[in-house]
Amino acid sequence: MAINTDKNSYTVLFATAMVLIVGALLAFVSSNFKEQITENKRIEKQQNILYALGVNENDETSVEFVSKSIVGEEFKKYITKQYVITGTNAVENPNAYLIDIKKEEAAAKNPSYERKLPLFVGEKDNATFYIIPVRGKGLWDAIWGYVSLDENLVVQGVFFDHAGETPGLGSNIKERFFMDDFKGEHILDGNNTFKGIEVAKGNADPKNNDKTDNEVDAIAGATITGNGLAAMLKKDLQLYLPYLKTLKK
Amino acid sequence: MGLLSKKDAKLITDPLADNNPITIQVLGICSALAITADLKASIVMAIAVLFVLAIGNVVISLLRNIIPSKIRIIVQLIVVAALVIIVDIILKAFAYELSKTLSVFVGLIITNCIIMGRFEAFALANGPWRSFLDGIGNSLGYGVILVIVGFFRELLGSGTLLGIKVLGDPIEKTGVYAYGYENNGFMLLAPMALITLGIIIWVQRSRNKALIEN
Repeated sequence: MAINTDKNSYTVLFATAMVLIVGALLAFVSSNFKEQITENKRIEKQQNILYALGVNENDETSVEFVSKSIVGEEFKKYITKQYVITGTNAVENPNAYLIDIKKEEAAAKNPSYERKLPLFVGEKDNATFYIIPVRGKGLWDAIWGYVSLDENLVVQGVFFDHAGETPGLGSNIKERFFMDDFKGEHILDGNNTFKGIEVAKGNADPKNNDKTDNEVDAIAGATITGNGLAAMLKKDLQLYLPYLKTLKK
Repeated sequence: MGLLSKKDAKLITDPLADNNPITIQVLGICSALAITADLKASIVMAIAVLFVLAIGNVVISLLRNIIPSKIRIIVQLIVVAALVIIVDIILKAFAYELSKTLSVFVGLIITNCIIMGRFEAFALANGPWRSFLDGIGNSLGYGVILVIVGFFRELLGSGTLLGIKVLGDPIEKTGVYAYGYENNGFMLLAPMALITLGIIIWVQRSRNKALIEN
C-alpha cells in the first residue's frame, strides 16, 4: 500500500472521517427506525400493565403477554380508567400511560414541581384493581415494574423488568417464581402503617405462605437487585399512599 | 473438510481445543464468569459473540491497510460498538422481544476482550476470508467453554437446565431432594465460575501435556 499510515495528518484525517461516517450511520439507523421502536415500546407498556392485572397468556411457568395484535383493544377493555394524581387529587386522563416515569422522577427533584403520578384502574371478574408503575435502581441499571393492588392495599399481581441485571441472577426478577410470590402480599403492616414489601434472605418462608409478613423470599446471588427492588416498591408505592388511603373501605 | 483447505480448517478447529480463547489464551474471562449462572444466558451470549466477532473480524480485515497504527485500538472499539448498536436498534424495531433478551449482553459484547484480542492478533494481519473463519472458530471455542460452565453452574446451583427442573423440586422435596440433596447456592456466584473454569483448564492440560508451560 502506498499510503503512509503513520503520518499525523493521515491519522487525524482518518479519525475525522471515521467519526463522521459512523456517526452518520448511527444517526441514520436510529432516526429511520424511531417510529417502530416507539410503537413497540407503547405495546410493551400496555402488555406489562395488563400482565400485572393478570391479563396474560401464561401457562404453568412461562411469562406470556397478550399478543401484540390485540393488546390495544384488550387494554381499552380492561383498563377502564386512567388517572393522573397530584397529592390526593386525581384527574382522569386517557393518556396517563404515556407519562414518562423517569422524566417525572427527575423533574420532581425540583421542590416546586408537582409530580404527576399515573394510576391505572382495571376491572376484571367484577373486581377493581389499581395498577401503579414503579421505577428504581438495580445493581447495574434501572429496574421497573407495575404493581396491581386491590382497595385493601393487598398486592394482586406484579410485573417487573430490568435494563441490565446479571443474567441468571438479578435478571430472575422477571421470572414467574419470583413475581408470583408477591401475589397476596400486604403492603401495610398489622397496624395499618405503610411497610412496603421487603425482599428478604433467610426468612424461613420459601413457599411464601405468610402473606402478612411484608416479605418475599430473595433470589440467591442477587442481593443488590433484591434490595433495589424492595427500595423501589417502598419509594414509589408511598407516593400513591395519600390517594390510595381514600379508597380503603 | 472439502470446502476448506487444511490450513483454513485449522482456524476453526484449533480454538475449539488446543488454542481455546478462554482456557489457553485467557481471553473473555470476564463474561465467562459473569453470565454463566444459567445455560440459556450462556448460549445467547455465545451466539451473539459469534455474529459480532465474525463480522467484526471481516470489517477490520478489510480496513487493515488503511487503519493508522497509532489509533488502531480506538478504531477497533468504534467498529465493534457501531456494529453492536446498529444490530440492537434493528432488533428493537423488528424483533422487540429478542432485543429485550439481548440488551443485557450489548455492553458485555463491546467490552469482551476476545473481540478486541482477535481484531488485534488476527484480523489486522490477515485477509477477510481467513479472518472470518478465525472469528467463527474463536467464538465457537468461547461458546463451548461458556456452555460447559453454564451447564454445571445451573445444574448444581439451581438444579435446573434451561429452566427445567431436572433434579426435582427443592421446595416440594421431590426427586433427589427427597434424599437430602441441597442446591449449592455458591455455584451461582462468580468465584465458582472461576473454579469451574480452573477445573476445565486442569482437565485439558492433564490430557495434553504439551499445553503446560514451564
